[in-house]
Amino acid sequence: MITNKLSLLVGGEAGAGITRSGFLFAKTCLRGGLYVFGANDYQSLIRGGHNFYTVRADNEEVYSQADTIDLLLALNKETIHLHKDELVSGAGIIYDGDQINITKEELGRNDIKLYPVPMRKTVKELEGPQIMENTVALGAAIALLDCDPELLNSVLRDTFNPKTAELNIEAAKRGYNYIKEHYTDDFGYRLKKTGSAGKHRIFLTGNEAIGLGALNAGCKLYAAYPMTPATSILHFLAPLDREYKMVVIQVESEIAAVNMVAGASYAGVRTMTATSGGGFCLMTEGLGMIGMTETSPVIVLVQRPGPSTGLPTYTAQGDLRFAIHASQGEFPRVVIAPGNVEECFYTTLEAFNLAEKFQIPALIISDKYLAESNGTSEPFDQNRIGIDRGNLITEGAYAGEEEYKRHKFTENGVSPRAMPGTKGAIVRTNADEHNELGYTTEDPQLSTKMADKRFKKLDALTKELENYETVKFYGPEEAEATILAWGSTKGPIREALKILSKEDITVNYLQIVYLTPFPAGKIQRIIQSAKKTIVVENSKTSQLSSLIREHLLTTVDHKILKYDGRPFNPEALSRSIKEVL
Amino acid sequence: MVTLDDLKTPKTNTWCPGCGNFGILMAFKKALIELGLEREEAVLVSGIGCHGKMVNYVNINGFHGIHGRVLPLAAGIKLANPNLIVVGFAGDADQYNEGWGHFTHAVRRNIDMTLIVHDNMVLGLTTGQATSTSQPGFKSKSTPFGVIPPMLNPLAHALVSNGTFVARGFSGDMFHLKNLIVEAVKHRGFAFIDVFQPCVTFNYLNTYDWFRQRVYKLEEEDHDVTDRKKALEKALEWGDRIPIGIFYKKERPTYHDNLPHVKDEKLTKLPTKNVDITSTINEMM
Repeated sequence: MITNKLSLLVGGEAGAGITRSGFLFAKTCLRGGLYVFGANDYQSLIRGGHNFYTVRADNEEVYSQADTIDLLLALNKETIHLHKDELVSGAGIIYDGDQINITKEELGRNDIKLYPVPMRKTVKELEGPQIMENTVALGAAIALLDCDPELLNSVLRDTFNPKTAELNIEAAKRGYNYIKEHYTDDFGYRLKKTGSAGKHRIFLTGNEAIGLGALNAGCKLYAAYPMTPATSILHFLAPLDREYKMVVIQVESEIAAVNMVAGASYAGVRTMTATSGGGFCLMTEGLGMIGMTETSPVIVLVQRPGPSTGLPTYTAQGDLRFAIHASQGEFPRVVIAPGNVEECFYTTLEAFNLAEKFQIPALIISDKYLAESNGTSEPFDQNRIGIDRGNLITEGAYAGEEEYKRHKFTENGVSPRAMPGTKGAIVRTNADEHNELGYTTEDPQLSTKMADKRFKKLDALTKELENYETVKFYGPEEAEATILAWGSTKGPIREALKILSKEDITVNYLQIVYLTPFPAGKIQRIIQSAKKTIVVENSKTSQLSSLIREHLLTTVDHKILKYDGRPFNPEALSRSIKEVL
Repeated sequence: MVTLDDLKTPKTNTWCPGCGNFGILMAFKKALIELGLEREEAVLVSGIGCHGKMVNYVNINGFHGIHGRVLPLAAGIKLANPNLIVVGFAGDADQYNEGWGHFTHAVRRNIDMTLIVHDNMVLGLTTGQATSTSQPGFKSKSTPFGVIPPMLNPLAHALVSNGTFVARGFSGDMFHLKNLIVEAVKHRGFAFIDVFQPCVTFNYLNTYDWFRQRVYKLEEEDHDVTDRKKALEKALEWGDRIPIGIFYKKERPTYHDNLPHVKDEKLTKLPTKNVDITSTINEMM
């Protein structure tokens, strides 16, 4: 009997509520006191096709999905065929026996257990909508796992309006009873409440964590155009605009979005936009303007596979160089790559501070896997990263002796910032090269001086970042190999390390959180004592390897690359690591 | 209250002698004076083109942005701080070519700001190419055999997009244009003025004389500015007689009117401490 260690997959057609039911199950586990990871896989369509959601629940912290499935909730027959090879020996399948005819022989798997449950019939009896079939399946799963049904009921109550909730609770109850009445208690997996049961931890996506970070940081204007997988930030913030007294606006294009946040930033608010690769292409001219005008919006780039439209609902890390170099000309910027939901929250706060302190664009680069997967975290510390707006004239009036100069030359390149409307200050900025007052110039000496001024800020920023966790190190000091990676690969890598350590293979891992400015010194200290270096990346060309080469004049020993739109799976990744050891 | 002297800048003007932009520049300065604004209260936003240099020639807050993006840039400023008077200046190529995608949306959105388009029916700063308001047959460096498609009609577009203030001025009549700008700034909502502005270097066709022979003032012809159909009819008028003045003016709720939670709030009054997000975090348990 395996208790509190489960990998569940719910699958079916788009429109069947797959993500929702996977999420409900995950939340049930969370409230039972378990650590949960939830990942969705869906196609770019509204109906039909194949969608699935995987839930991994454990007593111990879990960082990613598993390679295998212990319990499959199949809302159509295709789901069974597509996932049968991922089922572990002893795995169970819950499905509607009236709708799906399947045998172990047909599957070629004698080592699994079939649990047909009458889902459609039950929903018809309750006169509920067809989509509620998945709630019957959830009830059945709860019964099979001998889990407290009240946990699921509480989640249903918090999710639906009272009438719908009661209907769903009844549907779940019937699924639950059907299992208890028709099957012997022979399933090898159990979910039991732990000491952490109740509402203690939070379960959220990377995009939601970025949204929360923006709220906590005092972001007051969010402008965006929908693009998967960045859209859910817009969906998250839009209904909260009243509560947080902010403007959330869906504009006509990403070009409009980037210019709007530039304008809002100039006017003096903290502001953010988010998009994916295609939309970021449209933003690049505006990004250059932000660099030139020393405005400070936060821009979130949620990657998906390219080039062009690519695989719109899948994951990749192919835009790293793009984020670092995008736009005309040269200017300082910061590029931050969180690796899990917690980092999504805290680095968003850092991004707002750094953007304003150094008057530069701050880019947060994430990807579909991180943006839309749900992770478990302790509730965020809302005061860990305070608000630092840098050299900002917040008093009602500018009291300087000389005329206010928006782009004044200073020692560290950062000019005191007044908001337009400040008495005594005329705030002028310019996408053309300009003088300290913001007037256009074409003078060669002044142009040089202005470019130098902007890049002085890079020196100051680099210095400031010495005190930031720009890299994170995991694993033993001494190891057979060192993994170098950035962003969402963090989860599968940490899981792979767990697997390897059980086999007494020691591998450590350096996560690079800040990609610009590149923390070369910190990486150098780790690399020079590494026996072997391995870059793990969701890209074809391994852009991180080339950055390491560029900044450290070092070639990494091995690259483990995946560019099929899917995240790494921990078991498979651990095997790939062993192959190169 | 500002004076002409206050609005002077140290920058030397580089427009061609006789450029239609001078009339717009003076009309705007005089409008600011008539409106009794302080220099700190207004923001001038401009795009790229000869008109873009407006930022260099008026000593008020300014943001000289990139080509075609005056509207979203200006909207961002106004949304952030509704207390500011935001006036966007764009060129015909800037707004009607590169920035056309923003135009209808800005008109629909009805954010309380003003857009003044310097419409000289040619690209000047790039040394003379046709634009979307060039007349068919107009020969330029990029259209040596004459412009093929018909002219874009910005006024008609503004009207069908539910514009609330739609006007046309002529930089050769500075006093009339000044009055239009004053009215536009006072208008609650998105005010749009297309301004005929002769390019003395690259537009051999649409000269001061060409315009003077044709323009007439709507207010002298008993035009009802609240009649949208009539306004559209006037917007379609082109030939020997071309109307200038206010075509249409009617209030409807501004974008801010529909944001009751920030209506009277400067978003720039920012918290200096972390915002409490407990209620939203609790939703995730």
